[in-house]
Amino acid sequence: MTSLALDAEQLYAELRAGVGRLLTPDTVLVGIWSGGAWLAQRLNADLKTDRPVGTISSTLHRDDFGERGLGAVEAATELPFEIDGARILLIDDVLASGRTIRAVVNELFDYGRPASVELAVMVDRGGRELPVAPVFASAKLTLPNHQRLSLVRESDGRFTFAVKETT
Amino acid sequence: MLARRNPQLNAHGELIHLLSIEGLPRAILTQILDTAGTFLSVNDRDVKKVPLLRGKSVFNLFFENSTRTRTTFEIAAKRLSADVINLDIAKSSASKGESLLDTIANLSAMHADMFVVRHSESGAPYLIARHCAPHVHVVNAGDGRHAHPTQGLLDMYTIRHFKKSFNELTVAIVGDIVHSRVARSDIHALTTLGVPEIRAVGPKTLVPGDLREMGVRVCHDMREGVKDADVIIMLRLQNERMSGAMLPSAGEYFKSFGLTEDLLALARPDAIVMHPGPINRGVEIDSRVADGSHGVILPQVTFGIAVRMAVMSILAGNDA
Repeated sequence: MTSLALDAEQLYAELRAGVGRLLTPDTVLVGIWSGGAWLAQRLNADLKTDRPVGTISSTLHRDDFGERGLGAVEAATELPFEIDGARILLIDDVLASGRTIRAVVNELFDYGRPASVELAVMVDRGGRELPVAPVFASAKLTLPNHQRLSLVRESDGRFTFAVKETT
Repeated sequence: MLARRNPQLNAHGELIHLLSIEGLPRAILTQILDTAGTFLSVNDRDVKKVPLLRGKSVFNLFFENSTRTRTTFEIAAKRLSADVINLDIAKSSASKGESLLDTIANLSAMHADMFVVRHSESGAPYLIARHCAPHVHVVNAGDGRHAHPTQGLLDMYTIRHFKKSFNELTVAIVGDIVHSRVARSDIHALTTLGVPEIRAVGPKTLVPGDLREMGVRVCHDMREGVKDADVIIMLRLQNERMSGAMLPSAGEYFKSFGLTEDLLALARPDAIVMHPGPINRGVEIDSRVADGSHGVILPQVTFGIAVRMAVMSILAGNDA
């Protein structure tokens, strides 16, 4: 694992500003486990929404279950508000193929029928395989397919990025 | 000597069949319990269904009757979006003389992905697991006196839910231990998960001394058996044992080993009382105890569905 010359705190500040502009009085933030969930919790506190924040997991709707099995089970969806009619802003650290977003949108609809669902991310690394587009991305960059980019939350709560080589 | 590989695990040590808790490492038991926690929340959704087993066929093969276990497996499979086929085999093929392996070969030709097997003969699910196609998974839903691993796992889930950890507990299992596959699975699971004191409580005819070989403390006195227990697991007294001269009568049994409020008062103040069901009120358990604040018999049923969902989805995600 190597560190990348990406300043996660700087990108977070841009995400905070971007999400701040998108917020309406009835928007609720839902973070995608795990990196997006950390981001949504911090955004919700920094932006003082005084609404609860949700966490959502793609585990039960993933399309690669047949190849990868069940995977991380600590990833549980928690949506402590009514989903019917809600305006939801999904938050994630990295957007790539769009398959995770497809899975979490399905997961969300198991809980009700939201009025709208939008997506804001820190990094859009391209490589989309599905018609998914964020309304906000702090940065757009291109990475080789064999590199996996993920957010790391340090013990002091600050964010950094890690790059893993995948085979 | 080369150890024979556990038929429940693939070469990577992943679970491909659930046949018995005996021989499974603690990490796999913990993985099942953690996964069950995730599935418990599926009950709270508008849509009580997730697509993990979509397009898979689960065959419930019950060579021995059991409405409750079969129903909870059926609900679990349906909540995972599997197609479920219930075969009441006791009434069909077997009675026409078809052998077990011929039945399995026929069902495999119908493109089964998973067999949930209940059989009166110990070891029948092992035989099926050995002879089915490599992509097919087998879950033992109770075989003879041998094992009932999903009941054992749901009992462990219940204990962990109410007691948080296993390593300081005293667990008393009361009743017909010698004929009980539930007791055997519970004892293996409790041992693997690190419970320091497991007691087997009941009359000498149903709790023989050689149970000590399983690492349990044998008690033939109910007061001694439940004293300071954190968890009391009551077993159903099987009526057929009454006629077999192993017990004098239901009334006599209740006097000696029925769980009453007075006996429960000897256990820890926060003790929980479990029972795999169906309960015989006034035979092994007093109604006031079964329905009282220490009883967790109905939560066990709810947890049982989540545990069976966990087992089926873990198996389906692992290749032979």
